[in-house]
Amino acid sequence: MTTGTPARSARTARVAWAGAIHEARPHPHGLQLADGRVLAEDAVVWLPPFEPGTVIALGLNYAEHAKELARELSKPVDAEPLVFFKTAGSLLGHRGQTWRPREAAFMHYECELAVIIGRAGRRIAAADAMQHVAGYTVANDYAVRDYLENWHRPNLRVKNRDGATVLGPWFVPAAEVPDPHALALRTWVNGVPTQQGHTADLVHRIPALIEYLSGFMTLAPGDVILTGTPEGVSDVRAGDEVVCEIEGIGRLVNTLVDDALFQPQTRE
Amino acid sequence: MLSDACDLPRFVERPPWRLSGVVVGAALNDPDTLEALGAAVDAAPYRGAPRAPVLYVKPRHTLARADAPLQLPADAPAVEVGATIALLVGRTLCRASPEEALDAVTGHALAVDLSLPLASFYRPAARAKALDGSCHIGAIGAPHRPDVFGWRVSIDGRTAQRAGSARYTRAPAQLLADVSGFMTLRAGDLVLLGVAQGAPLARAGQRVRIEAEGLAPIEFDVEAGA
Repeated sequence: MTTGTPARSARTARVAWAGAIHEARPHPHGLQLADGRVLAEDAVVWLPPFEPGTVIALGLNYAEHAKELARELSKPVDAEPLVFFKTAGSLLGHRGQTWRPREAAFMHYECELAVIIGRAGRRIAAADAMQHVAGYTVANDYAVRDYLENWHRPNLRVKNRDGATVLGPWFVPAAEVPDPHALALRTWVNGVPTQQGHTADLVHRIPALIEYLSGFMTLAPGDVILTGTPEGVSDVRAGDEVVCEIEGIGRLVNTLVDDALFQPQTRE
Repeated sequence: MLSDACDLPRFVERPPWRLSGVVVGAALNDPDTLEALGAAVDAAPYRGAPRAPVLYVKPRHTLARADAPLQLPADAPAVEVGATIALLVGRTLCRASPEEALDAVTGHALAVDLSLPLASFYRPAARAKALDGSCHIGAIGAPHRPDVFGWRVSIDGRTAQRAGSARYTRAPAQLLADVSGFMTLRAGDLVLLGVAQGAPLARAGQRVRIEAEGLAPIEFDVEAGA
């Protein structure tokens, strides 16, 4: 454990193993199921590490990333947070496969800090907001830029694709993250560093986001806020391994796969 | 799965399916909406009519039973009453043809998508479109040809809009097929076919009723926000 995992971490994962879904904890040899079985990291199927409620995503929440995209935006970035929702079908666990459509010229990862709500609330003041946070995980929220259009941008065809929002590996309780605005984010593609940022550079910080969102919607346990990605997005291809790491939170691995795997349904 | 906090009526939970809690709506699916924008469609920020379906998600906190009052935000004078038809998906649709998609529809309901009036369609506008309790779903009725519904919206007993489901830019079967091209639809998912241009406004203190032949009505009060 090199990413600052405390000796007796309370972080948890959800994994499928031998016919059932289990809660698991970190173990020196990989992970340990609640029933005591110890397994290697690559022996299990990793699921998103908590039961996701509403998935809330932020766009353009790092100033340098907004600059990186400025050329193709037809309006300046608003002062109000850019928020959109996702459906459960978009979610995927650690070490999963994401479809990289061959026809697209530009599909990119987005390493993001995911904030998981633990306590329901409406009209939460920023000063109280952190009491509503249960914990954190890493998100890789892919986008296919070819499909961007200027209507409800970014729309679902870009940001709500099957299995293109990766969460995990661990749910890290808030008590283990003294300052969520002091975390380095990094992405590697096939081992080459491509994206580097820091949560200190969030335009809208977590308390402000919770205050803003809960101003019009009731937040509930399991709701998750994907806080946006820093600059450094680049195209990825089928076969690439993408690793998103957030300091102290986890290292999330995903592999892109080609159209050829997704064959038409055969019918009798 | 729906959370306990979401009090959709029990009759929608009959086997062999129950609502999954996923509700996706088609925006700008009435040709009159784009027509009303005129030349603005080709100017910035839009730079041309949409090519793919323009979709939005109504998350669990928006889902409301047919008689649940809506609380207006304190700073909002009125809410747009976007009556529409919800299709209930009865089996998995992944990259389906329009024919397969229509065949998988297992029920229909009236639905109302309540939204603060939008000055622009450029951004997803979560604050306007995802108010607590802003998506009323009526009782689910049996399968029906989805292109033959007409509905009436009345506010305080006076007819405020008559519209129907015949004039979609993307017809229901094509809409489901196109959506299933990148996001798998599952049994229990609801797809809102699109509100008609000219959705009437309702203010605090008013009572809204939406009715359509062959479908259960929706009727609720609009209340002033705290």
